[in-house]
Amino acid sequence: MKSILIEIGELSYFAGRFFREAFKRPFEYREFLRQCYNMGNRSFLLVGITGFIIGLVFTLQSRPTLQEFGAVSWMPSMVGISIIREIGPIITALICAGRIGSGIGAELGSMRVTEQIDAMDVSGTNPFKYLVVTRILATTLMLPILVVLSDAIALYGSYLVENLKGDVSFQLYFNEVFGSLEFGDVVPSTIKSFFFGFAIGLVGCFKGYTCGKGTEGVGRAANAAVVYTSMVLFILDFLAVLVSDIFYDL
Amino acid sequence: METTQTSKAVITIRNLYKRFGDNAVLNGFNMDLYEGENLVIMGKSGSGKSVMIKCLIGLEEHDSGSINVMGQNIDDLDADQLDELRTEIGFLFQGSALYDSMSVRENLEFPLRRHTKKFGRIHDAEPLVLEALESVGLAKAIDLMPDELSGGMKRRIALARTLILKPSIILYDEPTTGLDPITSKEIVQLMQKVQELYKTSSIIITHDVDCARAIANRMILLIDGKNYAEGSFETLQNNMDPKIQAFFK
Repeated sequence: MKSILIEIGELSYFAGRFFREAFKRPFEYREFLRQCYNMGNRSFLLVGITGFIIGLVFTLQSRPTLQEFGAVSWMPSMVGISIIREIGPIITALICAGRIGSGIGAELGSMRVTEQIDAMDVSGTNPFKYLVVTRILATTLMLPILVVLSDAIALYGSYLVENLKGDVSFQLYFNEVFGSLEFGDVVPSTIKSFFFGFAIGLVGCFKGYTCGKGTEGVGRAANAAVVYTSMVLFILDFLAVLVSDIFYDL
Repeated sequence: METTQTSKAVITIRNLYKRFGDNAVLNGFNMDLYEGENLVIMGKSGSGKSVMIKCLIGLEEHDSGSINVMGQNIDDLDADQLDELRTEIGFLFQGSALYDSMSVRENLEFPLRRHTKKFGRIHDAEPLVLEALESVGLAKAIDLMPDELSGGMKRRIALARTLILKPSIILYDEPTTGLDPITSKEIVQLMQKVQELYKTSSIIITHDVDCARAIANRMILLIDGKNYAEGSFETLQNNMDPKIQAFFK
């Protein structure tokens, strides 16, 4: 219990340092853009394929039940709301926690162990700003973009099933999807995605930057980055649902 | 090699203490580095040598004592002043510490573009990069990535990255560790050449007796985090104290 509290304290301090450093000059634009490109470009295929399969499977699994109740026409609305509000953001975030979070943890951990971070410090560069701030900002910005792409591909996957099984046209399917979505479905899930991205970057950087010595430390940093991030994502998701419910009730 | 203690001290360390939890690494270490001198510090693994040079450059905070570099007490410096001072101190890391994701060219340009106070804004860094690479005999490696280099080449490139800032002091952390005897000899010759060319003062942390013999003007033997013996290589080698003799066997 004590070690968990210490870990939370250190993570909070790390987050505080991020906010202090993020608004100080000089801004590392080039490294930030490089990280955005790396994270977005390299994760897109994985996120896209997963989204497509989720759309297909979700529709295939739900169809027989809806058919039993004679409610197949609700399929686009149900899939749309489920994917946009919940499944898209959380699945994309979990994939990125595995793909990006562990990558950041391993990369920074290895840089720490091989003294590259010290070398950067000696070179007149603030390594926290160059390595940590840029990566956290990049994950915070890129995750919502990946979520939107993943949502779109998942809905397309769902449409393909509906088109094959129910002969539903593209226009009709997406009219139904967008007709059922409200402002309160799209905005909270988009805001939530920014927080998910922030959490992935923060925990990955924290674990890598504070990595223990040796190759074992690097492995642990990469592993812990994924495990901790996944836990943080579920907690954030729960909090996001609670907060959006409060706004719904108002 | 002759000692140069008539010159002025560029680094002075007094009563340096540093501990990690219960482990006292430095226990009142004292040292002077004189201008143009090659000072070799030898000690067993874990005797605090690397921690001492990291304290010296501000990478580790010491618990007590004073470190004065080129007339400035490093405890009195803010981050910007410390960065400025660091342009005068080159640091060759034990494992070279080249940035994996950058080519040799980018590795050398990186400190150059960061220390804008010393060099101003540099638009074409290539002549400076080539000059530094030529001084270590590796101009052809300019576009290679670190994983395409051998251990000896990495060490040379790391030295070039250090030299590009034209430092007055160079700290070498075990410069020959992990290298074969021939490459070690080449690195030592390179260190001598660098000192002649750039007139630097150097602290060399090493276990390598051959390296110490070739390069030391003066040596400090570190035992249990404090100075055990000090003098020229020959003086220490001829000392009959078994603890001192253990370093030369």
